[in-house]
Amino acid sequence: MVGAACALYAARAGLSVVVMDRGPVAGGTTGAGEGNLLVSDKEPGPELELALLSNHLWVDLAAEPGLGAAIEYEPKGGVVVASAPEGLAALERFAAEQRTAGVEAVAVAAHQLPDLEPYLTPGLAGGVHYPQDAQVMPTLAAAHLVRASGARLLTGRTVSEVLRTPDGAVRGVRTDRGDIHTPAVVNAAGTWGGELAALAGVTLPVLPRRGFVLVTEPLPPLVRHKVYAADYVADVASDSAALQTSPVVEGTAAGPVLIGASRERVGFDRSFSLPVVRALAAGATRLFPFLERVRAMRTYVGFRPYMPDHLPAIGPDPRVPGLFHACGHEGAGIGLATGTGQLIAQVLGGRTPDLDLAPFRPDRFDGAGANEFSRETP
Amino acid sequence: MNPLELADAAPGPAFAVTLDGRELAALPGQTVGAALWAAGVTSWRTTRGESRPRGIFCGIGVCFDCLVTVNDRPNQRACLVPLRPGDAIRTQEGTGHEL
Repeated sequence: MVGAACALYAARAGLSVVVMDRGPVAGGTTGAGEGNLLVSDKEPGPELELALLSNHLWVDLAAEPGLGAAIEYEPKGGVVVASAPEGLAALERFAAEQRTAGVEAVAVAAHQLPDLEPYLTPGLAGGVHYPQDAQVMPTLAAAHLVRASGARLLTGRTVSEVLRTPDGAVRGVRTDRGDIHTPAVVNAAGTWGGELAALAGVTLPVLPRRGFVLVTEPLPPLVRHKVYAADYVADVASDSAALQTSPVVEGTAAGPVLIGASRERVGFDRSFSLPVVRALAAGATRLFPFLERVRAMRTYVGFRPYMPDHLPAIGPDPRVPGLFHACGHEGAGIGLATGTGQLIAQVLGGRTPDLDLAPFRPDRFDGAGANEFSRETP
Repeated sequence: MNPLELADAAPGPAFAVTLDGRELAALPGQTVGAALWAAGVTSWRTTRGESRPRGIFCGIGVCFDCLVTVNDRPNQRACLVPLRPGDAIRTQEGTGHEL
């Protein structure tokens, strides 16, 4: 998704773009996501600024003829709920900070929750409504953004080498089917971004953080917003490798309800985990009791590109002229893709980016402690 | 030729089930889909987007095309669910859920 957005904005900035993927479009983390475009789960700081920029860009893209419907863009809003008064107080403090950063966050009293979500469990302490949260179907979004970019798309091609000039600058990539010459390479390899960086001789600590999504049978629209429990925010921000689950429930344009979210750092282990999926189902049923009578049809699994400080790597790599990074967005890559693409297009074109890229510097983990991030052990 | 003879099958006695209240005969071990086909019914669901007719497609539980409501439980795969005497099969529209 991030690569597709980089291609779109770079092409619109007048650059000639080739998109290369070793698999199909959306065959990695993009195809394993839920298509969240969230501002609600981000605390004030560089990631939230990127989310707000991205949010505006998604709104613009969705307004282009045919594109909004094609990518199933739904500006449905998010509702974060707390089950106990203490949790609600913490959520409201969090929302107050977000408001100062430009997030629309509306407090919702317990008795108003049914107006927003009629099938929510009764007895919740209250919540916060985030009208800016939205959703796309991520596979469609990636495919349509690549198509809209007009970029040359080469799927099923693996980069085996980053070609460099004698003074170290990028001059192209070698693939299993020939070389491509270019003065600028954007690493949008997501969870595999660290491997691509290594081909250019630099360290980028992108680690896989596994997540399962549970898919129900198609239902009429019963879940209107993106609904999640307040403890989700704490889980997202956690550094723990151990399993965490917090319920995130959303309907889709096609009918099935998607149930997340689990996080665990277990390397690239794709094996099914019944305890994780049980925990997801239990969490979702606590929020929406009707789900107890609904059948789950399947699950899917993916790997978020996790970086140790939960911020993506965006911008030029000062260690290798001509190498740019656009990866490491963890679970927020769909939402943050548009802003990332715009920023990358701006720096590729030598313009001043809309946001300060310093917090996203790709070389920020160099030096002390960098080695501890260079290998992930389960 | 009677397919039972072709397969040299000797099932137990037939029993009655219903499709939208109309009585049909089913044999022990027959799935919903098999009984409906044997009764000449090839479509028992409409799609949720455009209300197009659907019945058996893959016949082996993979495609979820043959969904049907059995004993008030929607979205069951007709090709997999074995019938029992008295089962109430209902044609299904859209998601099958009203809630």
